[in-house]
Amino acid sequence: MTTLLEVSGVSVTFDGFRAINNLSIQVAEPELRAVIGPNGAGKTTFMDIVTGKTRPDEGRVIWGEKSVSLLGLSESQIARAGIGRKFQKPTVFEAQTVRENLAMALKARRGPFDVLFHRRSRTEAARIAELAEEIGLLDALPRRAGELSHGQKQWLEIGMLLAQDPRLLLVDEPAAGMTPAEREHTTDILKRAAQTRAVVVIEHDMEFIRRLGCKVTVLHEGSVLAEGSLDHVTQNQQVIDVYLGR
Amino acid sequence: MSTSEIAPRRRFLAENPSVLWFLGCLALFTLGVTVLSEGFGLALISTSMVKILGMTLCLCLIAVAMDVVWGYCGILSLGHFAFFGLGGYAIGMWLMYARTQGIVVESLSATPIPPTEIEIENAIASQIFGVVGSNELPWLWGFAHSLALQLMMVVLVPGLLALVFGWLAFRSRVTGVYLSILTQAMTLALSLYLFQNDTGLRGNNGLSGLQNIPGLDHLPQSSLSLWFFWASALALGLGYLVFAWLVSGKFGSVIRAIRDNEARVRFLGYDVESYKLVIFTLTAVVSAIAGALYYPQAGIINPAEIAPIASIYLAVWVAIGGRGRLYGAVIGAAVVSLASSWFTGGGAPNIDLGFYTLNWTDWWLVLLGLGFVAVTLFFPRGIGGLFDMIVRKP
Repeated sequence: MTTLLEVSGVSVTFDGFRAINNLSIQVAEPELRAVIGPNGAGKTTFMDIVTGKTRPDEGRVIWGEKSVSLLGLSESQIARAGIGRKFQKPTVFEAQTVRENLAMALKARRGPFDVLFHRRSRTEAARIAELAEEIGLLDALPRRAGELSHGQKQWLEIGMLLAQDPRLLLVDEPAAGMTPAEREHTTDILKRAAQTRAVVVIEHDMEFIRRLGCKVTVLHEGSVLAEGSLDHVTQNQQVIDVYLGR
Repeated sequence: MSTSEIAPRRRFLAENPSVLWFLGCLALFTLGVTVLSEGFGLALISTSMVKILGMTLCLCLIAVAMDVVWGYCGILSLGHFAFFGLGGYAIGMWLMYARTQGIVVESLSATPIPPTEIEIENAIASQIFGVVGSNELPWLWGFAHSLALQLMMVVLVPGLLALVFGWLAFRSRVTGVYLSILTQAMTLALSLYLFQNDTGLRGNNGLSGLQNIPGLDHLPQSSLSLWFFWASALALGLGYLVFAWLVSGKFGSVIRAIRDNEARVRFLGYDVESYKLVIFTLTAVVSAIAGALYYPQAGIINPAEIAPIASIYLAVWVAIGGRGRLYGAVIGAAVVSLASSWFTGGGAPNIDLGFYTLNWTDWWLVLLGLGFVAVTLFFPRGIGGLFDMIVRKP
């Protein structure tokens, strides 16, 4: 296990409100990590910073063996560097088919002219079918993504995330709006992905996190309150006070 | 090797039957007009009508380009007529220079002493620029003697303008209505600049006599008009084919995704700005080519042609025709521009209401506005959307 992502001393202020306060988190590869915490603890802002959506006021975000700073890169450069993200609210391209959504996400050269002269290949079609099978959408490939149910959209987005073949997956509330059976399936997908990659999951549902069985980071008011196994953090008095006790 | 090169092409046409339908309709239309024309056929369509139809085809081409940039990529550019006009100016400069040169050389050949190069050039300059009180050829006209160089300018000048403007605007992430306003400002600034007499393009006089093609004086307008009509049809056909191919594959998928949620596309690793720049510049170049074919048929170009309202009409055509489908843009541009010239050209009879006479030259804009509102409210997919309903019926 080597450190893949290192966030250190990061702070962000929105209109005087300190959303992230001297936050430091390290993620190794491969690793499965859950991030929990009360609303407004800065979980989503943490992902915004790593993916380049939000620029921190201070601190460092270092990536990979070459210790590249992510702060100077654009969102698309960060994505190409190997960081994939799934949003809290499923955001798929509803006007396009499931196949088109997956094809767009599939790892390939991203330049306009590469894409313009791109040709569909048999290996690509096979990879799309394989992904669709994994997320249970094989029969839905020709359907418009807008016609899918909420849970299916969540899966499509997870499928798009896997299609990018990233080294780090940032997954924001993957199980929201899913049935218990669907949740279980989602847990399996994430656990399998974490065998070879780094996966960071934001989730509120303690049952879900227990099934993931991984290291947990508790955020509170923009910094790390506790870190360790689920049992360890749930016995922490501070965590009980600010999060669990309520 | 050869089969793998042919295969995707075949697949493209097989998967997009509407492209073949469109090209077939365009070919039939071209043939029909030719057979009925004065120049080569039964003389049932007048030469001026052939010119109007040829110009309409050019407007259809810029509408297709507008549909790609707006309907597919979501960039509501309200400045594409600037590129159309620049294309017209670029070709107009050669047309005017070469024709004036012909006239000047002929008239000076009567003089006892043969004229020098400089005398000829001065005579051309005072012929062209006398109207704005100048007798010097501006530096802008440095290439005007050469058709090949001016044809390059048709592509290069609007292409570079679009590239620089787009790079600045997209890099700063100007989107939505702010970008529309910026493009309006661009076309307004260009138009106001060209209105000045000392810009080297004859101010509000513009360039005229463009219907006379130098070196082809022996051909009557009835056959020249057909040649331009064919060229316009060919350009529309090719432009349609290229854009249909562009929007059908993975590239089309990405630009539609940019239209619907550009932030999400960035997180997939696509550099949204460079895609927008490619689309903006490419459609600007196609608009310029459409303009270069349009103005020799119109015969005159002046800065009023690139007034902001022209580009707004362009958006209205595409909206009425149905954006996001290329044939919709063609239908919208053809129907609205032909209706416009019918109503404003005195084709439609005035309606006497007793207390008030409805004069269509004044009321056409009201009718167009009502039509636009009606389409937006009742057929948000435009006229082209009606075709979809017919085709998708089981």
